[in-house]
Amino acid sequence: MDPDDVRRAIWRMAHEIIEHNHGVERVVLIGLQTGGVDIARRLGEAIASVAGQGVPVGTLDVAFYRDDIGLRPVLPEAATEIPMDLTGVHVVLVDDVLFTGRTVRAALNALSDFGRATSIQLAVMIDRGHRELPIRPDYVGKNLPTRRDEMVDVSEEGVVLGDVVPR
Amino acid sequence: MTATSETSSPDLVIDATGGGPRRRRHLMSVLDLGREGIEEVLRLTDSFVEVGERAIPKVPALRGKTVVSLFFEDSTRTRLSFETAAKRLSADTMSFSVSTSSVKKGESLRDTVETIEAMGVDAFVVRHSGAGVPWQIAGWTHGPSVINAGDGWHEHPTQALLDCYTIREQRAHRLGLAPGPRSLGGLRIAIVGDIRHSRVARSDVLAFTALGASVTLVAPPTLLPPSLAGWQVDVSHDIEDVLPAVDVVYLLRLQRERMQDALLPSLREYTATYGLTVRRAALLRPDALVMHPGPVNRGVEVAAEVADGPASVITRQVANGVAVRMAVLYLLLGSGVDLAGS
Repeated sequence: MDPDDVRRAIWRMAHEIIEHNHGVERVVLIGLQTGGVDIARRLGEAIASVAGQGVPVGTLDVAFYRDDIGLRPVLPEAATEIPMDLTGVHVVLVDDVLFTGRTVRAALNALSDFGRATSIQLAVMIDRGHRELPIRPDYVGKNLPTRRDEMVDVSEEGVVLGDVVPR
Repeated sequence: MTATSETSSPDLVIDATGGGPRRRRHLMSVLDLGREGIEEVLRLTDSFVEVGERAIPKVPALRGKTVVSLFFEDSTRTRLSFETAAKRLSADTMSFSVSTSSVKKGESLRDTVETIEAMGVDAFVVRHSGAGVPWQIAGWTHGPSVINAGDGWHEHPTQALLDCYTIREQRAHRLGLAPGPRSLGGLRIAIVGDIRHSRVARSDVLAFTALGASVTLVAPPTLLPPSLAGWQVDVSHDIEDVLPAVDVVYLLRLQRERMQDALLPSLREYTATYGLTVRRAALLRPDALVMHPGPVNRGVEVAAEVADGPASVITRQVANGVAVRMAVLYLLLGSGVDLAGS
């Protein structure tokens, strides 16, 4: 995907989020640190210009909820900022790449500590497959079939299927 | 119970996951951390301060771990602070107090520690009146991490860490800065009081100077250590001379039992010469911070009006203590990351 493809995908997902939630009343975007934060911000801007009404955008770091603590070094990478009680709102969790689903599992647990959301939805720019948990996205920028050992890099310059991870 | 501070102990081990990173198991001294390690703890503390502000201020990071507080001396805040920190990380806590234990029946320290270790614990939080006892316990045990929560007159590293965090947070807050550089570079800090018998002073001097602050000790000669060799500090006997120039004045608790050792003529005389009275507090710069590790002897080392006044950050120190200890417990028991940062 080049940068224009990414921009078009963001506009489409913004429309889908508005349609699915019958507007943006009580919709909150939460970007997962670190890859989801910028996409959540851009989705927020697109939603504001389509719906004529902004939505709150927060960030979440899930390090303390991961299931691989003790198996590898796990430290929070950046700040969690959720400036409101999530009780009664529709949360759209935003990440750049959906892979095993374990980060999303950790995020679901983390979000429950901020209140009881009416619903939690999942938006990802890339779904690369290889799920290890029963998790599926509600909004997808692009389905990108990959091998397990490939890297997917999402940045300002678009989406790149990168080198094989040395193991 | 006495011990040397040089008992060799396995400070560094290979992580149980085999190929994992080398990581530090124990926190004995501020010296274990160095500047990088201190900054790592402060950075992680930011995350735990945020956790503390949530509707449910608890994370599952240390589920299944057990933390034992092994306190051979009285303590309110340190012990409760560590236990709160462990619980907010979802660890189980056990508490040991000498007065209700088999120590009363004559059980030795080593037998006590080995008995508790046999129950399967992951960390000992140790306070003891003997300097070096945490090193001894680390030498006797094999699995658990040992955290020094105060050993004799020697060190109290988590107090120094929470003091560094509080200074950084409150300076940024009061000057309207973004929570910024971790360093205390360029700050001038006065530590006032019974330096000689204070493990807090020892750990604070190491931590403050490691982060680039300049420290002045203010005390009567009888309450200074016999030797200051290796301490990168200035010394003054005139508090009124020091106060107008400092960013932080850190008051130590005057231990009343020192009167019996004839180190001071009287409490009243100490207050008259070294106490932070209302009149002296007026010499401080408007953005200066007043700190104290507690418990406070109101009217002795600090006037009640000053301890409760706008310059005082004493309750912030207590609040930040929980987050700092969460960071230390998480780094030692959960993160798989070397505290020394290498």
